[in-house]
Amino acid sequence: MSRIVIMGAGISGHTVARYLNTWVAKEHEIVVVSPNAKWNWIPSNIWVGVGQMTEEDVTFDLAQVYNRIGVDFRQAKGVSIHPEGDADGAAPYVTIEYTLPAKVGQQEKVAYDYLVNATGPKLNFGATPGLGPEVGHTVSVCTVSHALEANRKLQTVIETMRRGEPRTLVIGTGHGMCTCQGAAFEYIYNVDHVLREAGVRDKARIVWLSNEYELGDFGMGGFHIKRGGYITNGKTFAESLMVERDIEWITRAHVTKVEAGKIHYETLDGTFHELEFDFSMLIPPFAGVGLKGYDKTGADITSQMFAPNGLMRVDADYTPRPYLEWSANDWPNTYQTPGYRNIFSVGIAFAPPHLISRPMQSPNGTPINPAPPRTGMPSAAMAKAVAMSIRDMVNGADKPTHSASMAKMGAACVASTGSHIFRGTAVTMTVFPVVPDYEKYPEYGRDLELTFGEIGLAGHWMKSLLHYTFIYQAKMRPGWSLLPD
Amino acid sequence: MPVRVTNKEPYQQAYYPPKPTGLTCYMRTSFIWQCFRFVAINVKMIKLMARSHH
Repeated sequence: MSRIVIMGAGISGHTVARYLNTWVAKEHEIVVVSPNAKWNWIPSNIWVGVGQMTEEDVTFDLAQVYNRIGVDFRQAKGVSIHPEGDADGAAPYVTIEYTLPAKVGQQEKVAYDYLVNATGPKLNFGATPGLGPEVGHTVSVCTVSHALEANRKLQTVIETMRRGEPRTLVIGTGHGMCTCQGAAFEYIYNVDHVLREAGVRDKARIVWLSNEYELGDFGMGGFHIKRGGYITNGKTFAESLMVERDIEWITRAHVTKVEAGKIHYETLDGTFHELEFDFSMLIPPFAGVGLKGYDKTGADITSQMFAPNGLMRVDADYTPRPYLEWSANDWPNTYQTPGYRNIFSVGIAFAPPHLISRPMQSPNGTPINPAPPRTGMPSAAMAKAVAMSIRDMVNGADKPTHSASMAKMGAACVASTGSHIFRGTAVTMTVFPVVPDYEKYPEYGRDLELTFGEIGLAGHWMKSLLHYTFIYQAKMRPGWSLLPD
Repeated sequence: MPVRVTNKEPYQQAYYPPKPTGLTCYMRTSFIWQCFRFVAINVKMIKLMARSHH
């Protein structure tokens, strides 16, 4: 019997757990370690952030689901990985520290035969002084509690505008190397929608502030779609929506610090600027959660297992190369770590080989370029591929049997631009592949038959449907495995 | 006092990008048309997922 330990119970980690439980739980043990008691459908946090959904709408209790299906759930955070065991024995293990209130702070060794690191991102608010809701001056929609607070502050600003006072709202990214522009994009349009519904939109100046070279980059170098008899870059559509909704935009920006009511930022031309605000939601940059690695002698091997940003190395090609020498083949396929055949990393936790967008730097040496996105669909796809590989490896395969390269898969994103069953809209976007492959698609890097985008009420219905579908699936209700990931 | 772009001045940011016409905006929330688009979007997504499996 093997023990499979999965660290993280987000979209990726929980997907691995669901499938492995279905396939191998009768013969093998599955342990899930997560510091959070609840699963969160993160894409709907933007609706919590504007008061259109509640915490209960976007979360459910993990222990209930795992107890029902016989998965050993430990509410704890991962601290270190010991892939060679230690002086006491060769069996690999992880150390965890409980966040469960009854055992908070207690540490424990958990041995494993297979390990999946699906720990997701550390929200690195500390990278920008003054950023973030806890000790800073901006709000966030990255977690449910952050989104609840964002809505509270937004409602206060709306009340102020109802009294006739104008306000400035700034939404975007809070550092030159952020990813997740899509979440900020959704939030800015939902804020615009909510202000219009509240009858106060004319009192608001709304500004988009991001590290993209051009609007529509989204960390994947932008995209092209066929529309209206032309092949057009997404920049045109992204700018169009900004103009339509009376939103100003500032791109090529690295936020250097945030003070109460003032954002300081540097732009790619090396100049420095200030922007006053009354309400601001800025996405933080991501880093790894801070796992350490130790070999059997106790020597620190963190730098071998993890990239400098704390994300775990996998079967990608990390050789430093200039941008024009990057290839789709640099991207990982099986998500297995080099050196340890029984360790995998999926979702945001794996280290990409490099950016997707072109690297850019100001004359002051400041990198101002989006990091690559790892959205829900690719995260679930790689999680399922790893689950299939582990299933086959516990049954005798000597290496991973399934792959899910971001350069060979597509992604569908539905970005809400306002929630209402009859008046809502969303941008539905697909790209294939996620990482452009200029060898296969020389002109645009992507298959234009599978890369498209449109705005409409149908997109909002789609986003709502996905919300209920994926929560149903994550709760492992009857028939869940028939639903697509 | 916040500055709002109230007219599209030449060479200003908002002057260049396309803006949808009234018909385009209407079609985005036209219930009947969007029902067709909902089916079309689902077909496109199914094609995408089919190409993505390995």
